[in-house]
Amino acid sequence: MIIGAGQAGAQAVDTLRREGYTGRLVLIGAETELPYQRPPLSKKYLAGELAEERLWFRHQAFYEEHHTELRLGVRASRLDTASRRVLLEDGAELPYDRLLLCLGASSRRMTCPGADHVGVHYLRDLGDAQRLRAEIRPGAKLVIVGGGYIGLETAATCRHLGCEVTVLEMGDRLMARVVAPSVSQFFAEQHAAHGIRVICDARVAALEGDTRVRRVLCADGSVHEADFVVVGIGALATSALAQAAGLACDNGIVVDEFCRTSDAAIFAAGDCTNHPSPHYGRRVRLESVDNAFEQAKTAAQNMLGRGVIHDRIPWFWSDQLDNKLLIVGLAQGHDRIVLRGEPASRSFSVCYLADRELLAVEAINHSKDYMAARKLIAERAKMDLNKLADPSVPLKEAV
Amino acid sequence: MPRIVFVEPSGEIREVDAPIGISVMEAAKQRGVAGIVAQCGGACACATCHVYVDAAWVAKLPPAEDMEQGMLESAWEPRSNSRLSCQITVTAKLDGLRVSVPAQQG
Repeated sequence: MIIGAGQAGAQAVDTLRREGYTGRLVLIGAETELPYQRPPLSKKYLAGELAEERLWFRHQAFYEEHHTELRLGVRASRLDTASRRVLLEDGAELPYDRLLLCLGASSRRMTCPGADHVGVHYLRDLGDAQRLRAEIRPGAKLVIVGGGYIGLETAATCRHLGCEVTVLEMGDRLMARVVAPSVSQFFAEQHAAHGIRVICDARVAALEGDTRVRRVLCADGSVHEADFVVVGIGALATSALAQAAGLACDNGIVVDEFCRTSDAAIFAAGDCTNHPSPHYGRRVRLESVDNAFEQAKTAAQNMLGRGVIHDRIPWFWSDQLDNKLLIVGLAQGHDRIVLRGEPASRSFSVCYLADRELLAVEAINHSKDYMAARKLIAERAKMDLNKLADPSVPLKEAV
Repeated sequence: MPRIVFVEPSGEIREVDAPIGISVMEAAKQRGVAGIVAQCGGACACATCHVYVDAAWVAKLPPAEDMEQGMLESAWEPRSNSRLSCQITVTAKLDGLRVSVPAQQG
């Protein structure tokens, strides 16, 4: 049984059947849609360039062919780990032998005065995207709270559709948690060049309005008119169901390298997990397509007793305006940052090293460095600093 | 509807009717063609929808852009007829397009 019909849940169905599991398979999802991709919700889907059915991982026929019972539009309300049963909010009780939790993450909510006004949006699921899309029109004033991936991708899409966009970032630079200062600077310039107002060190104090939100007030007294607001200030692992069942949780559901929770019959995968990264030698919680996909695959194999270890170099991407940001690896613990190429050329990369070992690379419109880095990081390659700083030397040869 | 022919890593042949306008990758995913992973969903960010295009069809496809080319260089066993199937849009002219799926992705 799988709870959570997102990227991880859909992948687990695929892997379980491919690996030869022939028993009963139930996929439970809180949303009514077939499992769908989330990344386009802030990009092509929001822009109206992608029909809803193109978001689906698989069509209905796939689930029928793979004998999967879809229970969509219903939440699991409780796990009874002693009797190995899942209780659904519609009253149904389902037994399991092995359970996979793919609960995902949920948007961090604003708590300032006025945060619950009509016209204040978050962007996590299809319903959010549809509500947001209904607000977009040329000339509409949009204030985005948070200069991370969601905020900036939404800014880019809405600007493309003619909105007047202001991005308010609390920190001193954009995407500070995930990229180097030079990359933040590059994206700040790109957004500004497209007419998006980017304001850093902006602390939102209140959202004001009448029947709906009209303006955003900052702590320094500045006021930003708004027809609608999008809040993108991070996400929290969804783990309440697991926690209530007594499973170990700490910034997510704690799993081992086999994606197994503290209950041997229960596995977890995706954004909701706190899991070991053998490569980096520490525990991580990741919000990414790759992690959801790969952990689900590993968890499904291990539900069938295969004994597979999850050890991946994480990767991430973001499309903003006409730029593609590709990130591979985790930069934490680096002792050196090397810039390859000139940001002004709009194609460059930033390499993070620890004792010359390549830890992570941020590649901007530079798929060659990104792809080469995936291999080099996995191999724990020691880099030659002179060659590395010379963009005419291919990254894969800068060792 | 144009028909795309996929040769799976096992050698099995899968013929998929693909609506015009979607990508070859999407056509493969919808029908669960083996070996097309396509994690990023068509954003040209993962190189896990790599295919080898049948020799007769290579010249009939629009050439790969720089981003795709850069991805392919470090894909698993690239060849001169390598493409990312997410970057090939199905058109009427591609009826009968034949591609082979490599044994591995990424």
